[in-house]
Amino acid sequence: MDHVSYLEYKGKHKGLLGWLLSTDHKRIAILYLVSLIVFFLVAMTIGFLMRLEMLSTGKTIVNPQTYNALFTLHGVIMIFLFIIPGIPVVFGNFFLPIMLGAKDVAFPRLNLLSWYFYIFGALLVILSLFVGGGPIDTGWTFYVPYSLRTQSNVTLAVFAAFVIGFSSILTGLNFIVTIHRMRCPGMSWFKMPLFVWGLYSTSWIQLLATPILGITLVLIMAERLFGIGIFDPALGGDPLLYQHLFWIYSHPAVYIMVLPAMGLVSEIIPTFSKKDIFGYGPIAMSSLAIAFIGYLVWGHHMFSTGISDTSRAIFSFLTFIVAIPSGVKIFNWVATMYKGSIETRAPFLFVVAFIIIFSIGGLTGLVLGSLNTDIHLTDTYFVVAHFHYVMFGGMGLLFFGGLHYWFPKMFGKMYNEGAAKLGLLLFVVGFNTLYFPMFIMGYLGMPRRYYDYLPEYKIYHIISTVGSWILIAGILILIINLVRALLKKERLTEKNPWGGTTLEWQVDTPPTLENFEEIPVVEHGPYYRDNLIKPGKSH
Amino acid sequence: MKLDIVRQTDLTFIIIVGISFLLLALISAAMFYFMYKFSRKRNPVATDITGNTTLEILWTAIPVLLVLVMFYFGYSGFKMMRNAPTDAMNVKVTGRMWAWSYEYENGVKADTLFVPVGKSVKLELNSADVAHSFYVPAFRVKEDVIPGRKNYMWFEPKEEGKYNVECAEYCGLSHAYMLSLVVALPQEKFDSWLLNAKTLQTTDTTKTKDTLNIKQDSIKTK
Repeated sequence: MDHVSYLEYKGKHKGLLGWLLSTDHKRIAILYLVSLIVFFLVAMTIGFLMRLEMLSTGKTIVNPQTYNALFTLHGVIMIFLFIIPGIPVVFGNFFLPIMLGAKDVAFPRLNLLSWYFYIFGALLVILSLFVGGGPIDTGWTFYVPYSLRTQSNVTLAVFAAFVIGFSSILTGLNFIVTIHRMRCPGMSWFKMPLFVWGLYSTSWIQLLATPILGITLVLIMAERLFGIGIFDPALGGDPLLYQHLFWIYSHPAVYIMVLPAMGLVSEIIPTFSKKDIFGYGPIAMSSLAIAFIGYLVWGHHMFSTGISDTSRAIFSFLTFIVAIPSGVKIFNWVATMYKGSIETRAPFLFVVAFIIIFSIGGLTGLVLGSLNTDIHLTDTYFVVAHFHYVMFGGMGLLFFGGLHYWFPKMFGKMYNEGAAKLGLLLFVVGFNTLYFPMFIMGYLGMPRRYYDYLPEYKIYHIISTVGSWILIAGILILIINLVRALLKKERLTEKNPWGGTTLEWQVDTPPTLENFEEIPVVEHGPYYRDNLIKPGKSH
Repeated sequence: MKLDIVRQTDLTFIIIVGISFLLLALISAAMFYFMYKFSRKRNPVATDITGNTTLEILWTAIPVLLVLVMFYFGYSGFKMMRNAPTDAMNVKVTGRMWAWSYEYENGVKADTLFVPVGKSVKLELNSADVAHSFYVPAFRVKEDVIPGRKNYMWFEPKEEGKYNVECAEYCGLSHAYMLSLVVALPQEKFDSWLLNAKTLQTTDTTKTKDTLNIKQDSIKTK
């Protein structure tokens, strides 16, 4: 067989069907990539409209009901259709088998099925806007009893989230089995790339926690349709039960979102520092620690709900503890740069921006983990700012970082690096202008999900809205730059344009259908280089 | 000096943000220094360093100690928030879509929370419909108002003035307009208001707003 890339390969089906029915992990990754970017742009546009509405007090562009629907949709689309699937379904699908030296994931058909669950769920979200009581207006957390009382179409919207959940569960299951069973000869657990460790930790959360969300959402539907009285206090139910169940999934879910991004950082830093990672073991184990402790901290979303004072104290304590492994990762990443030979190429700069923005997000999380400050700040803009720093500045930024890192390998084309750096600069400037004022507003007492605000918050809202324009300009430059690269005639066939050490840099660019002509045999750790100065020798 | 809730909360905030700022500065400085010092140009060949156990222990143990300090401050401030003085004045708060109402121990009802300066006020929080949250930013206190539960919170206004009350748990269409005021008055003024309101309400229950003859606008909102 000669070297036909997965992009050009002709199988049983031609044209578009060759993509929609392909079980090749790389083609499925591209299906996801296109879908994710579409939904990201939709939710970004909604965010843009929300910020525009907040430009002045009173009505700016929409009425309160529309605004409430906008922030709900922004959250639902960003979280369920972009951040949670995010890095695993695109880069995990594409690179997990290649990094393990395998031809595909363990269950290729299940993999395709999971994309169909995703798309079907997404279509249901769209449908829910036009039928029944119209766009859902509960906020993405669907809190009861409001979600039981509102006339908007909550039932269909939560059913959509339920369906999307299956996509997540199947992907998690698939990755766990793939990692356990399909590593190439020589690749012991501690020779796996750290991105794989990130995916592995995430997959367990997806598999074990998502069903809890699924059941909870079904209970909401049953409550709305049949009035069974699980959550509705008027029927003897307990609204706090809902909040517990919701956060038992949704807190670990933030680690679903961020662990793969952290894995990506652990790939990009050694590649551009031209040296081995510092502290492979601690980084790998900290992923598992985050996944495990992350299960036990959900109560910190409920510090002001009236749960017992003792449980608030315990949840606060555990929340502080879960910060430690994230800190360990950051220290090891920075230490990896020590005595490296650093090339500040575009993907590396994404990581630099990530480390700073994510650190701000993580450290402000400590303010929210602490009991008395959280009581003051919960449900204010401070939380909105913190969440966007960790999620958008964490997963979102690294999604683009990963795209710039692996784009040449995935498509065999190279983008304009100058434009990418410019886009990133605008991203970072816009991001901080948009979200930093929210920390201040929050401390001054501006509650979230407010259509209107008191005049003392006006200046911060104006700065924030201007920031959203800069941020969007940056994102558009990044995306247009990549699209232009795709349309380029010149091909890139070089296998290893960045000088990476993991297996994906040893296969063809773009990879062939089965990735490897011969299954590789691994001897060294993933970031091993044999041409380096030995420590202590240079002096 | 014994700290009150506001000061204790602000102190915790400053301690956490201060430590965080130092950590962030340290991380950023190290990163940018390494990027400069060990750039491709200045350091063409990397050194093969794969880890250091002492460092790993240090940068696990030191942050653990730091977060324990943070936890301690947050927890002790929280304990204060949860222990209302026994001589506190009790007021029953009811949140409904989309307004707050207050009921005093003597049966007086109002839609502005009048309280005496320098006296602790303990609120019993009730919801008539969905979940709300009673939030007074100036006092750094908030507690959710959930149907079927009776949550509580307390505060003590130190100065005369008007303080914003905001609903902090999303509750539908007019959530952003579910606002109210805490008005802190000197004890005598408060007492006469309460007495006056009592007399008026026994004859006319609809009149609650104009029961007090004070120039509300002359008091600055905080």
